[in-house]
Amino acid sequence: MFAVIQFPGSNDDRDMVHAMKTVLSADARLVWHGDSELPSDCRGVLVPGGFSYGDYLRCGAMARFSPVMADVKRFAENGGPVLGTCNGFQVLCESGLLPGALRRNRDLHFICETASLLVESTGSVFASELSPGQVLRIPIKHGEGCYFAHADDLAALEANGQIVLRYCGPDGEVSEATNPNGSLGNIAGITNRAGNVFGLMPHPEHAVEPAFGGTDGARLLRALIQAGEGA
Amino acid sequence: MKALIHVTLKPDVLDPQGKAIGAACGSLGYEGIRDVRQGKLFEVELDAADEAAARPLLAELADKLLSNPVIEDYEIVSIEV
Repeated sequence: MFAVIQFPGSNDDRDMVHAMKTVLSADARLVWHGDSELPSDCRGVLVPGGFSYGDYLRCGAMARFSPVMADVKRFAENGGPVLGTCNGFQVLCESGLLPGALRRNRDLHFICETASLLVESTGSVFASELSPGQVLRIPIKHGEGCYFAHADDLAALEANGQIVLRYCGPDGEVSEATNPNGSLGNIAGITNRAGNVFGLMPHPEHAVEPAFGGTDGARLLRALIQAGEGA
Repeated sequence: MKALIHVTLKPDVLDPQGKAIGAACGSLGYEGIRDVRQGKLFEVELDAADEAAARPLLAELADKLLSNPVIEDYEIVSIEV
C-alpha cells in the first residue's frame, strides 16, 4: 500500500488519495500522523500539502515531530520512496530528509497558478517518465515556496544531479522573470542524494485528469507507484 | 524563571517581510531607515534550579524547535529568576 500521511491541517491529503487510488489504481490510504508506525505493507509514502499544525512557528516545523515521522524517516533511510508536495516538501526539509528550507515568497503573495517546470535531472526513481529538457505543466499554490540552501548545499545539489524541476517559461527558459517565488536557481523540486526522497512545491495530484487541465502530475505519481511496487 | 529567546534570519537569507516593512517606513515619511529585518521573540517560562541549569536546556530547545538552523540564528537574550 501507499501511505498518505494526514496531519492536522493537511488539506491535499484526500486529493492525493483520489489521484493515487481512483485515477491511478494504486492501493493508497490515509495514515494518521499520530500512528507510531507505517503499515507493514507500506511501499511508498506521500506527504501531502496543506497547513500542518496551522503552519505555526514555521511551515512543517511541528509536523516533523509527529509520531509517524520517525517511521517515515526510517522508511526513507532504508531506501523506501517518499514524495512530499508543497507543505510535504516543507516537512521533509524541516525533518532533515532533504537539504535547505522554504521561505516566504519573494513578493509576499500567495501564488495560485499553473507553473511551467523544466525537467533537469532524471537519475532518480521519480523521473522514470521524464526526459531532460521536457517542460511539465503542474499547478502551484503556496505562500512559502521560496527555496533556500547555503552555497555548499546548492553546489552539492547541482553536482549530484539532485535538482529535478526548475520553474521556467512556456518554452523552458529559466530566468528571474520565470521565477514565481524567488527560489534559488528557480528550484521547484529536489531529491536527496540517494534519489529516493523527492520534495516539490508543485502539486502533481492536481494534474492527473485531462478535464482539470493536464496530466503531467500523473507522470510523477506513476513513477512513485512503479518504484514502490518494484521494491 | 523566564527567558527571552530571539530568533532571526541568517544575514544571507532573503527577508521579504523585513523589506516590505522597510519600504513602508519610507512611504510613511521616516527618513534614514536603512534596513529592517524581521525576527521572532519567544518568552519561555520554565522551572530550573538556576541560570546555569536553564541555559543548556534553552539552547537545545532553540536548536531543535524554535529555530531552523538552516536559515535562522538564535540568541538567548535574558534569563530572569
